[in-house]
Amino acid sequence: MKFGKMKSHRRNRLLLIGFLVFGSGTALALALTALNENINLFYAPDQILAGEAPVGQMIRAGGMVKTGSIVRSTSDLKVRFVISDMQAAEVTVQYEGVLPDLFREGQGVVARGELNRTGVFMAEEVLAKHDEEYMPPEVIDTLADAQDKAQAL
Amino acid sequence: MIAEVGHYSLILALGLTICLAVIPALGVYKKRVAWMQLSNSLSVGIFVFVFIAFCCLANAFLADDFSVLYVARNSNSELPVAYKLSAIWGAHEGSFLLWILVMAGWTLAVSLFSGGLTLDMKSRVLSILGALQIGFILFLLLTSNPFDRTLPIFPAEGADLNPLLQDFGLIVHPPMLYMGYVGFAVPFAFAIATLMSGRLDSAWARWSRPWTNVAWAFLTVGITLGSWWAYYELGWGGWWFWDAVENASFMPWLIGTALIHSLATSEKRGVFKSWTVLLAIFAFSFSLLGAFLVRSGVLTSVHSFAVDPERGAFILMFLVLVVGGSLTLYAFKASGIRSEAGFDGTSRETFLLTNNLLLIVATAAVLLGTIYPLIYEAATGGDKISVGPPYFNKVFVPIVLLLFTAMAISPKTRWKSTPIPRLVNEQLLPLGLAVGSVVILNLLFASSFEWVVVGTNIIATWIFFSLAIDWWSKVANKRDKFAALFRQTPSYYGMMLGHLGIAVCLIGVAVTIYFSEEKDVRLETGQSVTLSGYEFTLVNMKQVQGPNYVADQGEVRVKQAGETVITLYPEKRLYKASGSVMTEADIDAGLFRDLFVALGEPVGDDAWAVRVHYKPFVRWIWFGGMFIALGGFVTVLDRRYRTARKRSAIPAVGATA
Repeated sequence: MKFGKMKSHRRNRLLLIGFLVFGSGTALALALTALNENINLFYAPDQILAGEAPVGQMIRAGGMVKTGSIVRSTSDLKVRFVISDMQAAEVTVQYEGVLPDLFREGQGVVARGELNRTGVFMAEEVLAKHDEEYMPPEVIDTLADAQDKAQAL
Repeated sequence: MIAEVGHYSLILALGLTICLAVIPALGVYKKRVAWMQLSNSLSVGIFVFVFIAFCCLANAFLADDFSVLYVARNSNSELPVAYKLSAIWGAHEGSFLLWILVMAGWTLAVSLFSGGLTLDMKSRVLSILGALQIGFILFLLLTSNPFDRTLPIFPAEGADLNPLLQDFGLIVHPPMLYMGYVGFAVPFAFAIATLMSGRLDSAWARWSRPWTNVAWAFLTVGITLGSWWAYYELGWGGWWFWDAVENASFMPWLIGTALIHSLATSEKRGVFKSWTVLLAIFAFSFSLLGAFLVRSGVLTSVHSFAVDPERGAFILMFLVLVVGGSLTLYAFKASGIRSEAGFDGTSRETFLLTNNLLLIVATAAVLLGTIYPLIYEAATGGDKISVGPPYFNKVFVPIVLLLFTAMAISPKTRWKSTPIPRLVNEQLLPLGLAVGSVVILNLLFASSFEWVVVGTNIIATWIFFSLAIDWWSKVANKRDKFAALFRQTPSYYGMMLGHLGIAVCLIGVAVTIYFSEEKDVRLETGQSVTLSGYEFTLVNMKQVQGPNYVADQGEVRVKQAGETVITLYPEKRLYKASGSVMTEADIDAGLFRDLFVALGEPVGDDAWAVRVHYKPFVRWIWFGGMFIALGGFVTVLDRRYRTARKRSAIPAVGATA
C-alpha cells in the first residue's frame, strides 16, 4: 500500500496522538498505583505515642538518639535505642544490622520500618546523613513542634 | 590579596558576559559585522577571567589560606594536595565556580570550533550562552561568593574536607557531571538561536549534534563515576539509590538520550524538528532543575548541600525565566516548522519516535517520584513522606524493558518504511541466538533459574546479536572486508558502542540484583562467615595511621574451597580535624564477581559488626556506562562535521552544504 505524502503525514499524527494518550495514560496509572504503595509517611515520637501511627505498615520515624539508651546484643547485631523529641515523647527502636557511620547518641536520625503491637519501632533501615552538621528536616520540625507544645502547656 | 583578585576578575568576567549577551545579538539585529565578530574575543576574555578566579581559589586552598571562609570550612593543612585541589568543588560555592568555569569553557569551544556556522547564527548562539552565564555569575557573586573572608579573626586550622569526598572518584565525578549538565546549554542555545532566526533546517541539527553528543557523553561518564563512587565509598555496596540528587542527574540524561536520537532523525530525514527543539530546551531545563534540587535543600537527600532558601529562590527564578522564556518563544515560532518527509508505521522514524516517547515517560515517572514529597507536603499542609526505591523500580523497569526491546529490533529497520514480514523475519536469527545462548549459559553457570534475569539477559544478548548481524551484513558482500570495516562511519560505530554498552549494563544490573548476597554479622577475631561459597575470616584488627586520619584496620582472609583467594583490609577511619568516622570498604574486584568487606562499628568484647557482599557482574554496570559514553565521543569523529568546518574556510562554498 502506498500513502500520499499528506495522508501519511496525517496518519502519522494520529499514530502519534494515539501513542501519546495510550502511553501516558498507562504510565500515569502505573505510576500512581506504585506511588500509593510506596510512600512512607513520617511520624514524630509524640504522634506514635498518641496512637496516630498505623501498626504493621511501613512508615518513618525520627528524633534524637537519647543519650545512654543504646543497648547492644552480645551475640548478634541486634541493637535497641530510644528516639526522643527532647520533650516528653520517647519511642524505642529495634534494629538489626550495621548502623551508619554518623549514628551516635545525641544525633538526629530517621528510621524506616514498622511499628509493632507493643509500640516498639522495628527499623529496617536507619538513615544518617553524610554531613554531620546536617540534620534531617523531619527531625528539625519534630523538635520545634514538641518545644512549641511544651511551651503552650 | 589573591582571593580579592579572584573576586575582582569574576566581576570583570560578569562585565564581559553582559557585553557578550548584548553586543553580538545587537549586531545581528543591526547587521553590523564588527559587532558580531566581537563574540570571539569576548568568549576568550570571559574564559580567561573566570579561569583566573578559579586559579585564585585553587591558590587559597594550596596556600592553606584559612582567612577565606570557604577554604576554612572545606580544607585542612594536613589534607593531601590532590584533595586540596578537589576540595575546590567539594561544597556549594566552589562547585558552582567550577560550573561557571565549565560554562566559560563550552562558550569558548563554541566560538573556536564553529567554523561551519554562519556569522549571524554563531553570534546568536554565543549571545544566548552569554545571557545564561550572566545568571550563573550573578548567582555566585550575590548568594555564594567563595572568596568571602573571615577577617579580622580567622581560624588557624581548617575544618577539613568531608571525608567522603577525599577520594579519587570525587576528584573526577563533579567535573565530568558539570561538563554534561552545562554542556546541554549549547544545544539549548542552538535551539533558541534557530527559533529566533526562523530558519529551522537540517543544517541546524548537524551543527547541534556533535555538541549534544559530547555533552551527553560527559554526563554519562559523570553518572557512571557517581554510581561507582557510591558503591565503594558510601561503604555499603549499593550502586543506585534513586536518591533525589541521583535523579537530578539522571533526568537530564534521559532527556539528553531522547535528544541525541531525535537530532539524528532531524539531521538525516528532516522530521521531528520542532520536537527536537523542544527536547533541547527541556534537556537544559532539567539540568537547571537538577541544580535547583541539589542546591536549594528542598529535598532530603544524602548529597544535599547546606540548606539556604535564598539560593533556592534565585535558581528557581532563573529556572522559571529560562524555561518560561524559551517555551514562549517556542510557542510563537515552532508552528512554522514543517516536516520535510513522511514515514510509515514500521519505519526507523517510528522506532525513534517510540524511543523518544518511552524516554519521556520514564523521565516523567522519575520526576513524579522525585518531587512527590514536595507536592504531598504542600497538599496536606506539612505531612512529610518519602518515596521508596520500590516505586522507581516498579515504574521505571517495565518502561525501559520495552525501550530495550525496541532497541534490539531497531538496527534492521529502514528509513521511511520497513515491510513488516521482513522486519519479523530478520529478528528470528538474533532472537534465536539470544534465547539459545542465554539458556545454555544459564544452565551452565547460574545457581538458580530466575525468570527476570533470563528475560533481561535475552533482551541484552538480542541487542548484541542484532548489532553483530547488522555489522556483518554491512561488510559481508564487500571484497575487502577489512577496508569495509573502516569505511563505516564513526556515527555508526558510536551507535553500536552505545547500544552495546546498554546491553552490558543491563546484564550487570539484572545479575547483580538477583544473585548478590550480603550478610551483616558480628565477628570476633578468628571467627568467620560463609557467603556464596566464600569463607571470610576476621584474622586480625590493628590501628593504622593515615595522613590526616587514624584507622582501625581489619585483616579479612577470604578462602574458597580451602584455597586463599585474597586478603582484604577494610578500614574504619577517624578523621582527626573533623572528628568524623568513615567506612572504607575493601573490595576484590573481578570481571565476574566482586567480594566486598566493610567494617561497621565495634560491638564490644573485641567484636566488630562486619558486612560482607558477594556481587556478581556488578562491574558490568560501569563498563556498560563507559561503553555508552565512548559511543557518544566516537560520533564526533564523523567526517561530516569536519568537512563542514573546513569548507567554511573557503567563503565561496556554501556553509550549509
